[in-house]
Amino acid sequence: MSSDVCKHCTSAACLDVCPTGSLFRTEFDTVVVQEDICNGCGYCVSACPYGVIDRREVDGRAWKCTLCYDRIGDGLEPACAKACPTDSIQFGDLDELRERAQRRVEDLQDAGVSSARLYGEDPEDGVGGAGAFFLLLDEPEVYGLPPDPVVTTRDLPSMWRHAGSAAVVLLAGGLAAFAGRRS
Amino acid sequence: MSNPELDGMGPSERGRDAITGAAGVVSEAQRTERDQAREAERPSGRPEGRRRRGGEPTRVPDADFRSYHGRPVLNGVVWEARDIGGYLFLGGLAGASSVLAAGAEATGRADLGRPLKYTALVAISGSLVALVHDLGRPERFLNMLRVFKPTSPMSMGSWLLAGYGPLVGTAAVTAATGWFPRIGSAATMGAGVLGPLVATYTAPLICDTAVPSWHEGHREMPYVFASSAVAAAGGMGLVTTPTEHAGPFRRAAVGGALTELAVSTCMEKRMGLVGEPYGRGLAGALTRTAKALTLAGAVGSVLGRRNRVVSALSGAALVGGSALTRLGIFQAGVQSAEDPKYTVVPQRERLRQRA
Ligand code: SF4
Ligand code: SF4
Repeated sequence: MSSDVCKHCTSAACLDVCPTGSLFRTEFDTVVVQEDICNGCGYCVSACPYGVIDRREVDGRAWKCTLCYDRIGDGLEPACAKACPTDSIQFGDLDELRERAQRRVEDLQDAGVSSARLYGEDPEDGVGGAGAFFLLLDEPEVYGLPPDPVVTTRDLPSMWRHAGSAAVVLLAGGLAAFAGRRS
Repeated sequence: MSNPELDGMGPSERGRDAITGAAGVVSEAQRTERDQAREAERPSGRPEGRRRRGGEPTRVPDADFRSYHGRPVLNGVVWEARDIGGYLFLGGLAGASSVLAAGAEATGRADLGRPLKYTALVAISGSLVALVHDLGRPERFLNMLRVFKPTSPMSMGSWLLAGYGPLVGTAAVTAATGWFPRIGSAATMGAGVLGPLVATYTAPLICDTAVPSWHEGHREMPYVFASSAVAAAGGMGLVTTPTEHAGPFRRAAVGGALTELAVSTCMEKRMGLVGEPYGRGLAGALTRTAKALTLAGAVGSVLGRRNRVVSALSGAALVGGSALTRLGIFQAGVQSAEDPKYTVVPQRERLRQRA
């Protein structure tokens, strides 16, 4: 089992592409939507490499897990971690959680579960590490997770360069059409 | 969310082993053997990831991959094809029309450019209507102007349109009324400079997403959009201008059309697996029709260069071809987000190469 929470990516594509500034990074390094600012453009939905954030039917605005922004602001843990009876969902300091998870994976592997692995814990990965990571017993895609997600904005500088040079070519080509003979 | 119990594959047993503490009694060799036996048993050798909603069988042999019951990894594109596909087309038509109008103005043929100034105004207004329709309420567009964010092509595009729109409006109104010719000509030139950006920024707009068939094309897409835009604007010129004066438009139309055909074909090929949606289903039909119309328009505008009717029809074919090109690209993205194959297989390949 794996819960489909927002990964609170260190490099969050949803936040990068949001044209209104509705998505923002909080003081807890989580990523949260401010509904009053969201204009429902839907850009974040197509940008998220995990398929997390989505448009809400009623008003077309974006909606996703906030890691219980209001609760952690009050010093509480998120409701999912609080409610989970087996402590399968744990909340805490990332470094400490990483250590705990690493120990658990090693225990499982020692017990012969060679397929046990962590997912999203690596700060070097394509999204700069996820704020919510998982212990999986099979390949991530079997859980509906992308095996090697990369934040789309990593290629944006190259996209802007190509768009800029295409614009120059368009301008030159369009004007060149008028350079010929007059009739 | 994931329930491996349901697909009857390895993970459930492995997971149970781990949870019940039975892992120690199954050796890794036994485990591998068991997996292989199960692999062989699978009906018709189809990996589970191939299973689709609705059970539609795939025609072409797919790359081997796994997924969660064939469900997409990404959330689908929430934009409407008519709104955002139309937005991509109209932005291109407007931008390139402004360039051609500026070219006419700069070479002392302002009359020639007049219809294209109107075209640009109508097209950019249409694209705004499409955008606002997609957002649901007009005032929501204003939220875009809260911030200036280079990491968001939609933010940059909104600012670009905020600058370009008034220039296009001024150019069209002064051309129609004859008032303030100096201001009109300055606005025409200004629109001509911003126009190419309006036509090409929409490529980063769609490519800066996790949608495989858009993102993977991010290098070629701006050139596809630029050339398709020139073909459309040249086509409008052929529709509106008598053949003896339409030379520049014909050159632009043919150049744009041939470039577009070449670059888009290259793009689809280079993308490999992720280029596949451009040839399949609705996206395939739209793309093929677009190419046929574009080619027919290019040929017709050369062969029929002395015939007003053939010229105008060729121009209309180019405009239609450009619209269908954008709708085809839009649809290919939609299809690629709906099938987990296009997300999982290239990422697996990347991991394999890195290892
Ligand atoms: S998982 Fe998706 S919605 Fe959550 S922060 Fe990352 S990109 Fe944004
Ligand atoms: S839908 Fe809302 S949160 Fe998402 S990108 Fe648009 S404005 Fe930002």
